[in-house]
Amino acid sequence: MRKMLTIISTVLRGNAGKNGAEVLSEGARAVVAARTYADFTQQATFDIKKCDVHKLEEGPPLTSTLTREDGLKYYRTMQTMRRMELKADQLYKQKIIRGFCHLYDGQEACAVGIEAGINLTDHLITAYRAHGYTLTRGGTVREIMAELTGRRGGIAKGKGGSMHMYAKNFYGGNGIVGAQVPLGAGVALACKYQEKNELCVCLYGDGAANQGQIFETYNMASLWKLPCIFICENNKYGMGTSVERAAASTDYYKRGDFIPGLRVDGMDVLCVKEATKFAADFCRSGKGPILMELQTYRYHGHSMSDPGVSYRTREEIQEVRSKSDPISMLKDRMLNNNMASVEELKEIDIEVRKEIEDAAQFATTDPEPPLEDLCNHIFYNEPPMDVRGTNPWSKLKSMS
Amino acid sequence: MAALRCFLRSGKNAVAAGLRREIHQTAPASLQVTVRDALNQAMDEELERDDRVFLLGEEVAQYDGAYKVSRGLWKKYGDKRIIDTPITEMGFAGIAVGSAMAGLRPICEFMTFNFSMQAIDQVINSAAKTYYMSAGLQSVPIVFRGPNGASAGVAAQHSQCFAAWYGHCPGLKVVSPWNSEDARGLLKSAIRDDNPVVFLENELMYGVPFELSEEAQSKDFTVPIGKAKIERQGNHITLVSHSRMVGHCLDAAAVLAKEGIECEVINLRTIRPMDIETIEASVIKTNHLVTVEGGWPQFGVGAEICARIMEGPAFNYLDAPAVRVTGVDIPMPYAKILEDHSVPQIKDIMFSVKKTLNVPLRVKYRGHILLCHCVLCCSVSQ
Repeated sequence: MRKMLTIISTVLRGNAGKNGAEVLSEGARAVVAARTYADFTQQATFDIKKCDVHKLEEGPPLTSTLTREDGLKYYRTMQTMRRMELKADQLYKQKIIRGFCHLYDGQEACAVGIEAGINLTDHLITAYRAHGYTLTRGGTVREIMAELTGRRGGIAKGKGGSMHMYAKNFYGGNGIVGAQVPLGAGVALACKYQEKNELCVCLYGDGAANQGQIFETYNMASLWKLPCIFICENNKYGMGTSVERAAASTDYYKRGDFIPGLRVDGMDVLCVKEATKFAADFCRSGKGPILMELQTYRYHGHSMSDPGVSYRTREEIQEVRSKSDPISMLKDRMLNNNMASVEELKEIDIEVRKEIEDAAQFATTDPEPPLEDLCNHIFYNEPPMDVRGTNPWSKLKSMS
Repeated sequence: MAALRCFLRSGKNAVAAGLRREIHQTAPASLQVTVRDALNQAMDEELERDDRVFLLGEEVAQYDGAYKVSRGLWKKYGDKRIIDTPITEMGFAGIAVGSAMAGLRPICEFMTFNFSMQAIDQVINSAAKTYYMSAGLQSVPIVFRGPNGASAGVAAQHSQCFAAWYGHCPGLKVVSPWNSEDARGLLKSAIRDDNPVVFLENELMYGVPFELSEEAQSKDFTVPIGKAKIERQGNHITLVSHSRMVGHCLDAAAVLAKEGIECEVINLRTIRPMDIETIEASVIKTNHLVTVEGGWPQFGVGAEICARIMEGPAFNYLDAPAVRVTGVDIPMPYAKILEDHSVPQIKDIMFSVKKTLNVPLRVKYRGHILLCHCVLCCSVSQ
C-alpha cells in the first residue's frame, strides 16, 4: 500500500512540473513511507486567465500564488457552501423550507475568492442569493440553515428568512433587485467618512445591472470617490431571461462608463481573488470606485420554484459542471501540484458532510420563534410599546 | 375685525398675528423665531453635537437649501457634512440608508416629499423594515425630511400630502410639526432617534414666526416623538389636526369662541406612533370630535383617528359621529380660486364644528339672514 502511494505521488509530482512548484524539503522527492505534512508542496503559483479591462492601464496579475493552507481553506469553504445549498434544496423539496430560496451552487468561487481578496473588517452587501456570503462573512451553517427553516436559532431569529440574513459588516441579503447597490455605496460613504481605510463590496446580478438606481449610484460613487467595489455576478440569466435578451450591452464591466472595470473568470477562485485584491488596492488608494464583472454560472434555477431548464438546456448545465466547476478546478490544481492528497480532501468532504448533517438536524429540530417575539424589533433602543393585533382587543407587546 | 386679521395670519401679517394670538405669560427671554430658522438651528446644533450627523440632498449645500432651511450650514461644516446630491432620489436615499446602516446618522432631505415617491422603496423596504427583518441586528438611524403637502400655486404633482402613506408603515416614525417649537424640538428628537424618522415639514409655515420660550431655545430641548399637545383647552368639541391646519383650527376656535363655542385644539405633532390617548381623553371630556387635515380623505390621518376612536373607550362618550375635514378628493388645481377651495379653510372647520354640535348655521336667503339646520344649506356665510 505504501509503495503504491509512493509511486502515485511520484507520478503526480511529475505532472505538476509546470508553474514552478516550490518544494520545501529537498528530501520530499525521495521515496517516503507515509504521507506527512512535509511531503506536500507548501505553495504553488498558477497561471490564471487574463482579465478584460475597461479604462485601466493594466489589470490584475496573470499568476496567483496559492499556499497549501489557503488552498485547503478555500476548498473546505466552497465544499461547505456547495453541500449547504444542496441540503437546502432537499429540505425545500420536503417543504421544511418555505417561500423563496435562491441557491448559490456553481458560484462558490465568487464568494470565496472575494473574501480572500478583502478583510473581515471590510464591508459587503449583496442581493437575495446570499447564503454563500452569509457564510464567508462569519455566519455558521447552523444559523443559516435554521434561518431557512424559520427557527429561533436562525441568524435572524427566524424573522428574516432566506433573503434577510445579516452578520457583522454584512448588510444582507436584500430582496428588492438593485436596491442593495445604493445601500452599498452608502456603506462606502460611511467608510470614507470614518476614515478607517475600509471599503465596501457591493454585489448585484446581471438582471439587476440594468436598474436605474445602479447608474445613479455609479454617478455618485464616482463623483465622491467612494471606496466601493461594484461587482456584477453575471450568471448569464436574470431569472429566466438570458443576458442577450435583457441587456443592449452585455459588457457589464463597461456599463460603469467612467468607472474602470474588469471582466473576471468567476469560476476560478484564484482569478477572483487576484481581481478582488487588485480592486481593493485601487479603492484603498483613494481612486474611487471600480467595477468587476464575474462570469459565473448557477446550477440551480433562479429559485427553488424554477427547474431551470425551460430557458436553458440541460447540456449547457452539464457542460459547465464538467468543464468549469470551481471546486473541481481547485481540487485538480491542488492534487496535480502535490498540495494535498486525495485522502485529505476526502477527509474534508466527510467533515463537511457531517457539519451539514448536524446543521440540518439542528435546523429541523430547533423550535420556531416564540409568539412573544412577533412584535419585537420594530424599533431600536425604545421602551416597550403596544402593537395592535388583528383586532381591536388584541394589544401585543413590542420590545426593542 | 379681529376675525379678518386671523384669516390673514398665514403668511402676510404673520408677525402681528403671532403676537396677538393667545394671551400667554411670555417668558422674559423668549424670541420670535420662524419655523425655517428653528429647523436650521436644530440641525446646526445636532451637527455640532454629534460628528456622525450629516445632511445630504439636492441644493442643501451651496444653494443654502431650496427653501433656505439649511442656510449657512455648508459654510460652517463644509463638504464632508453637508453634501449636494445630483437629482437622483432613489440613489441618494439608498446611499443615505446605507450610511446609516454603517454607523453614520444621516439627514436625507427630499426637496419636497412628492419626490420621495421615487425613493419610497428605500424608505420602506431598506430603512423601515430592516431592524425587524434582522431581528435586531441592524438598526437604521436616519431622518428623511422635507416639505410635505400643499404649497401655493405649485399644482398637482407638487402638492401631495404623504402623512397617510408613511403613517401606514410599521418600522417608521412619522412626525408633522406645526410651529417653531414643534419644528425645533421634534427635529432634534428625530436626529437623536436611533430609528428611521419621516419628518414632514410645510413650506407655507417656513416663514411664519412663533414665540420660542427660553427653555425651547436651549441646546438640549427636545419634543418627545409620539406625544400630542393640547394647544387650546375647551369643553365643547375636540379638534385634532397636524401641521399647518393646527393654525387654521386655532383661528376657527378663536372665531367660534365669540359665539360661545369653546374648542379644544389638539396638535398631533406625531402621526406615527399616534397619541390616541390624548385624543380619547379629550373626546371623553367634550363628547364631540372633528379631525382636520390637508391631505385627501380616503385612508387618511382623520380616517385612522375616527377608526381608533370607534374601537376605543371614547366611542361611548360621543354625542355625534366623529367627522373629518380634509383636502378635496382631487389632484391639486393651479388657479388660485380653485386651489383655495381644494384645501380646508377656516370656514370649513367652523361649519363642521357647528354641524357636529348641531348649532344652527346663519344662512343668506333672499336677502335675509336665517338660522338654519337644513342639510341642503351648503354655501354658508358666517
